[in-house]
Parts: sequence; structure tokens; C-alpha cells
Amino acid sequence: MSNEIEISLYVLVLAVPLGLELVRKVSPLLHTPLMSLTNAISAISVVGAILVSGNGGSPQLSKILGVIAVMFATINIVAGFLITDRMLKMFKKKETGGK
Amino acid sequence: MNDSFWQAAYIIAALCVVLSIKWLSSPVTARRGVFAGEFGMLLAVVGTLVRHEVVSYEWIFGAFVAGAAVGAPLAYLMPMTSVPQLTALSHAFGALAAALVGSAEYYKDVAAGDPTTGFKMVAIVIESLLGYLTTTASVMAFGKLQEIVPTRPMTYKGQNFVNLILFAIAGVLGVWMIAAPAPPWVFPAFTALSLLFGVLLILPIGGGDMPTVIALLNSYAGAACAAMGFALENRLLIIAGAVNASSGFILSVIMCKAMNRSFANVLFGAFGQAQEAGAVQTSTKPVRSASPEDAASILESARRVIVVPGYGMAVAQAQHKLRELTDLLNKRGVQVDFAIHPVAGRMPGHMNVLLAEADIPYDKLHEMEDINQDFAEADVALVIGANDVVNPCARHDKTSPIYGMPILDVDKAHTVMVIKRSMNPGFAGIDNELYYLDKTMMLFGDAKGFVGEIVKALSANK
Repeated sequence: MSNEIEISLYVLVLAVPLGLELVRKVSPLLHTPLMSLTNAISAISVVGAILVSGNGGSPQLSKILGVIAVMFATINIVAGFLITDRMLKMFKKKETGGK
Repeated sequence: MNDSFWQAAYIIAALCVVLSIKWLSSPVTARRGVFAGEFGMLLAVVGTLVRHEVVSYEWIFGAFVAGAAVGAPLAYLMPMTSVPQLTALSHAFGALAAALVGSAEYYKDVAAGDPTTGFKMVAIVIESLLGYLTTTASVMAFGKLQEIVPTRPMTYKGQNFVNLILFAIAGVLGVWMIAAPAPPWVFPAFTALSLLFGVLLILPIGGGDMPTVIALLNSYAGAACAAMGFALENRLLIIAGAVNASSGFILSVIMCKAMNRSFANVLFGAFGQAQEAGAVQTSTKPVRSASPEDAASILESARRVIVVPGYGMAVAQAQHKLRELTDLLNKRGVQVDFAIHPVAGRMPGHMNVLLAEADIPYDKLHEMEDINQDFAEADVALVIGANDVVNPCARHDKTSPIYGMPILDVDKAHTVMVIKRSMNPGFAGIDNELYYLDKTMMLFGDAKGFVGEIVKALSANK
């Protein structure tokens, strides 16, 4: 096993419990925004899409698939963050705090 | 120099991802959490664009613009009742992106005359499998939530067996590609099987189980992203994907617990058996019904009212009327609280969003564990559009399909009011003994209309 893979595996085994711990602390009140936020974050796969579509060495097919992937990931990012913010804006503590 | 820039950007982006979930833990800091997430995403994208392997930009920027042009209206035009659909759709897009990158990576390596095997191929296989199956499964979930696809479970004989065989074939193809350079037809076949499997996975799952399913798909999308991180040796993707996968996993476990069902039961045991058990004994026992005026006068003289909203309330768009009622009662010194069952709504936490949209302050919304002991002190429990989650059968009737499901103890309140269209049993087809209690008043009518009439009656006898 190469060194690179070993480091990646370390990152994974640390990130999973961290994620579980973080999410467990989120109040059930905010579970829907949590889901749309993590949904937006999962579209960080846009990074991979940019790398494969912008790479000069990629064959045409890979570039096309990559560009389509960039578009879909962007939809996910934009929709995910905007809807999360739209929801969170509605959560108010006092009735007077509203409009 | 260039290398250290994107590396630093990725590290800060990873920190932003972690902080964004951390800040989401409380409504006070939650919007900061979204900002952190957006900033992290921006860093990740900019960091990637400046990497020296990225040489062509036109198409990428075009794709950004196209994606934003579709995504923004989606987020702004969807009503809050449709957030679950939007989330499902968004999962589909994200998962498809991850899967396409997997395919692109595969063909890039093939074209380089160096068909990947070994560890990288393991990552690509997992990424493509999860990505493609999540795509079609999410589209199916969207269809069921939007009621384009029939929401009842679709089952046939030997269904689990067929699914298992298909999954096994996909598994064999996957292992083949990992073990040795496979012929060109293998990868497309593998892709097609993954897509098909996603559809078959959702067919037998009923509309009522969608909250669990969406959470699970969230988890798969995260896992696909983490697998991509391994394929590309990109640790930012591994961190973001792992955090996301654990989030979806925890939420689906919470949903399962709230329904007292196991994962296996949600995924494979369509809720079909329940119907036969329940429908038979929709009884002829007498119920006590009451008018809006009666309800108004009881509510008015109460000291403490606990409202139990269900998805039916949201469908009827009664939340704004409900808020008017709350205001009127508050003015008369009645304490009004809301009890939220974990499965109220169509996705985890959905009911809170719907009530927040109607400007009901979030400190009035209480989780089941926090409020259950308060019902004994409540003068009135007002149930609107909820059914199975307040059915006392779940506590004692071992033959009931919902036996063991944690419920809200509304029957402990002094008076119970239930707003309901008719005596038809709910989604699970189970009769609710709550309706036949002496202390229960049935308020028959449309949720929005009925609450409106209570409001009118209250305003009249000032």
C-alpha cells in the first residue's frame, strides 16, 4: 500500500467519527437545514469534476463527462446553500424579532 | 508557490466544512454555518481552478453559469412543503456529478493506455456504484414525494431475490474491473446495473418511509464523494464526504428509531402487511364531535395548550391560521407550545421548518422527549393532521403494526382535540383508539378552515 493511500485512510478514519460527533450535536430543530447543508457540501465533488474536465491530458469523452458533472454539481451547490439559508432565515426566537 | 496555494486553500476549506456543521448545532449560529460552508466551497473551487493541471476554463465557466441558472430558481421557487422533494432532486444532481467524474476518470485512464486496476479502481467502482444508484434512487424518491410516481409500495414476488441477483452481478463486474483490465463493455454494463438498482431499491418503499430514505441517500452521496477523494487522492473530498455520509447515516438511524423499525425493515419490508391488520376494526364505537365555538371556549379557558402538528396540517396549509390562533390565545394568557414528533413531516426536522415559516418562534417548538411529561399538566392537547404518532395502541397493543413506536402522550392531557377530515384511518391504515376516549373531542373538517373558524369564534367573544 502506498504512502498516499495510507494517509488518505488515516484521514477517513478520523473524519468519520468527527462527522458523527458533529452531527449528533445538531438540534433536531435544524435537521432539515442540516440535510440541505450537507447536501450542498457533498457537491464538493465539483473539485473532481473541474480537475478532470479542465485537464489537458483528458480524452474528449472524459472532458465532456467532466463538464456535465461541473454543471450538475453547481446546481446542487447553489440550490443546497440557498435553500438552507432561506430556511434558517425563518427561524426566529421572539415574535417581535420578526418582520 | 502555485502548489502551496491550492493546498492551503483545501486545508482551510476542510476546516470550513467542519465548522459549518458545528455552527449549525444551534439556531443562533446556524447562518454563520451556512456562510462557512459557502466560503469553504468557494476556496475549494478557486483552489482547484488555479491548479496547474487545469488548463481550459471556457467550458467550466459555462457549466458554472448553467448550473447556477438552474439551481437558484429551484431554491427560491420551491414552497417549504416541497423541501424534501428539492433535497431529493439535489441529491440526484450531486450524486450524478460524482458518478460522472468516476466514469470520466475511468475513461481517462483507459485512453492513457493504462486501464486502472487495484486501489484506484476500487475507489472508482465504489464511487460509480453509489453515485449512479443514488442518482436514480433520488429521482424515484423525488417522484414519490411529488406524487408523480405512485407512493404506495410496489412489490412483486421474489423482488428481494431479483434485486440481490442484480446487485451480485454488479458486484462481480466491479471486482472484475478491479482485478484485471476488463473488456470495454464491462464498465457501461456496470453503470447500467447501478442505475437500474437505484430504481429497484425505491420501488418497494412507501411514501411514509421517505424521510429515512432521503437521509440514507444523503449518506450515499457523501460516501460517493469520499470514494472520489480516494480515486483522486484528494483529502478535502474525503473529509467532506465522510462528514456528509455520517450525517445522513445518523439522521436515518434517528428516523428508524422514531418509527421503531430497523433499516432492513424500511428497505425490504414494505409496509404492506399493516393494511390488513388495521382496516378491519374501524369501529362503530361512538365519538364525540364538537363545533368550532365549543373548541374556542375550551381553549380560551385553558392555561396550557400543547399543539401536535402533523404533515396533514402542512398539506392543508393551516400553519398560518394556527399562528393566528396561537397569538390570540397568548394574548389571553394561555401558554401554547408545540410538540414535534421526529417523523412529523416528510423529512427529518421538516415540521420545524414549516412552523418557522409561519413565524412561530422556535423556542415554542419542543421535541418529543422534552415535552412528553408535560402533557399530564396540559389542559388541552390539540392534534392537527397527526395520527399514528399519537396512537396509544403503540404503547400497549402488541398486535398493532406500530407497536413500540415512540408516541406523543396526548392522551394524558385533560382534554384532547383532534382536527381531522373524517374517521378514515391514517397512512398505516390503523384505527386510532385515541378518538374514542371520553376526553377526546373530534373536530371534523379541513385543518385550515377549522382553525380559521376557531380563530373567528375567539375574536368574536372578546
